[in-house]
Amino acid sequence: MSEPKIQLTDVAKTFGTRTILDGVNLSVEPGESMAIIGQSGSGKSVTLKCILGLVRPDRGSIRVDGEEVVGAHGRDMERIRAKFGLLFQGSALFDSLPVWRNVTFGLTRGRNREPARMRKIAEENLERVGLDSRILNLRPSELSGGMQKRVALARAIAPRPEIIFFDEPTTGLDPIRADVINDLIVSLVNDLGVTALTITHDMASARKIAHRVAMLYQGRIIWRGPRDRLYDSGNPYVDQFVLGRAEGPIT
Amino acid sequence: MMAVRVGGALFAFFVGIGRVAIGLLATIGRVTLFALNTIRRALTPPYYPGKLFEQIAHIGWFSLPVVCLTAIFTGAALAQQTFTAGSRFNASSTVPGIVVMGIVRELGPVLVGLMVAGRVASAMAAELGTMRVSEQLDAMTTLRTDPFRYLIGPRLFASIIALPVLVLIANCLGILGGYLIAVYKLGFNATSYLTISRNFLEADDIGMALVKAGVFGFFIALMGCYYGFRADGGAAGVGDATRTAVVSAFVLILLSNLLITVTAFG
Ligand SMILES: Nc1ncnc2c1ncn2[C@@H]1O[C@H](COP(=O)(O)OP(=O)(O)O)[C@@H](O)[C@H]1O
Ligand SMILES: [Mg+2]
Repeated sequence: MSEPKIQLTDVAKTFGTRTILDGVNLSVEPGESMAIIGQSGSGKSVTLKCILGLVRPDRGSIRVDGEEVVGAHGRDMERIRAKFGLLFQGSALFDSLPVWRNVTFGLTRGRNREPARMRKIAEENLERVGLDSRILNLRPSELSGGMQKRVALARAIAPRPEIIFFDEPTTGLDPIRADVINDLIVSLVNDLGVTALTITHDMASARKIAHRVAMLYQGRIIWRGPRDRLYDSGNPYVDQFVLGRAEGPIT
Repeated sequence: MMAVRVGGALFAFFVGIGRVAIGLLATIGRVTLFALNTIRRALTPPYYPGKLFEQIAHIGWFSLPVVCLTAIFTGAALAQQTFTAGSRFNASSTVPGIVVMGIVRELGPVLVGLMVAGRVASAMAAELGTMRVSEQLDAMTTLRTDPFRYLIGPRLFASIIALPVLVLIANCLGILGGYLIAVYKLGFNATSYLTISRNFLEADDIGMALVKAGVFGFFIALMGCYYGFRADGGAAGVGDATRTAVVSAFVLILLSNLLITVTAFG
């Protein structure tokens, strides 16, 4: 078996007195699309940030292509980060820069080089997320929340990363626009061989984009399985979550 | 019984003092590390000269109106006060002398420092704090751009560069304000006023004013960036960061000003 693209072993993180992650074990294979589900506040976003080195776990190991992320810094960390694109849950667009500079920030890394080519690249990437070039010069604050999310998505994919994390990509979008994003994720994985890790509350989206689904509960992965098993997981926690019932083991 | 209670209260008092002292030391340590980290990273590539010029314009150019206004009026008021207090003695030389020394050595740097701290430290803390709580700083990091090089370094160096320029301008205008009052209101002879002013103007004093300005510029940007960078807790957190940045910058400006003055003249 090939080496996992991403492997988390016993990752734990406590903020103050609140233990958010308590021994997460997870591995994602190259070219795989995995979805993570779980309640709000269960630590899904924190998990992604640990993998990217934005949050340092208290214990455990995180390997990307076999290389340890925890404790890496400087050039090593830069090299590892170059493999990733991340769509932030809250978009996190740079509000002092116009849309096209946002989208190409990963390429220019903040510098003002080749503006004509960069605008072209921004236009192409915006098109992939279903936005047109009329918004190129607007500021993020002039866009609706759904448009901001798609600009952020364009920004994450513009540098053509090998691994893309999507933190709630379809939250806040109407069902049609959400499906455009689903198709985009599927095509990134199928056509470009991207490894994807998607956090979602949208079960239709999870079933469409993911090969496998994992559920995070009380700081651990309590279930993982192929997407077809999502609705007959045999796990009462997963059942309650995917069916959206107020009654059940999760309180 | 009583003694035990007094002893307990005294103990709690010293524990409290100890805790404050430790907290202060810890903050000084963190701020120092933050400053060293910024300088180390900003001096290694990639560089962002565009960002530096942008910040110099922000800090320098847009502070000019308020700095000019403050300097002229303060210089004028100082001349009037000196005249009122010193008219019994040798007013013709005390007024220009005190205006020149007072403005150049103390009032110019300190007033500019405080004015710019109010404008700039708050703006930096609010901007970086907003970027922190909206995860823009994290986003920048994942896009492999170092916020220390891209955001903080240019702010720190621009502030160190802009403040001395602003202080020079303020010193000129402060002296001008004194001159205007002296000549047009207090009836001084224009030529002799200027000659005496020039005699009191010493290169050392100007040098000290510029050193002060550079130090103030450093503290203003450092406080704005430090507190903005570590803001958390949404809009309220950004508000806290902004207030703390301005207050700390004020305190550091006043403290370092006294320290430099005492060292230079003590
Ligand atoms: N930097 C931080 N400092 C303190 N608490 C944090 C931090 N980041 C996240 N948390 C807390 O960790 C918990 C999990 O957050 P998150 O991973 O964003 O949840 P979600 O699963 O909804 O994405 C939340 O309660 C949040 O308040
Ligand atoms: Mg989240």
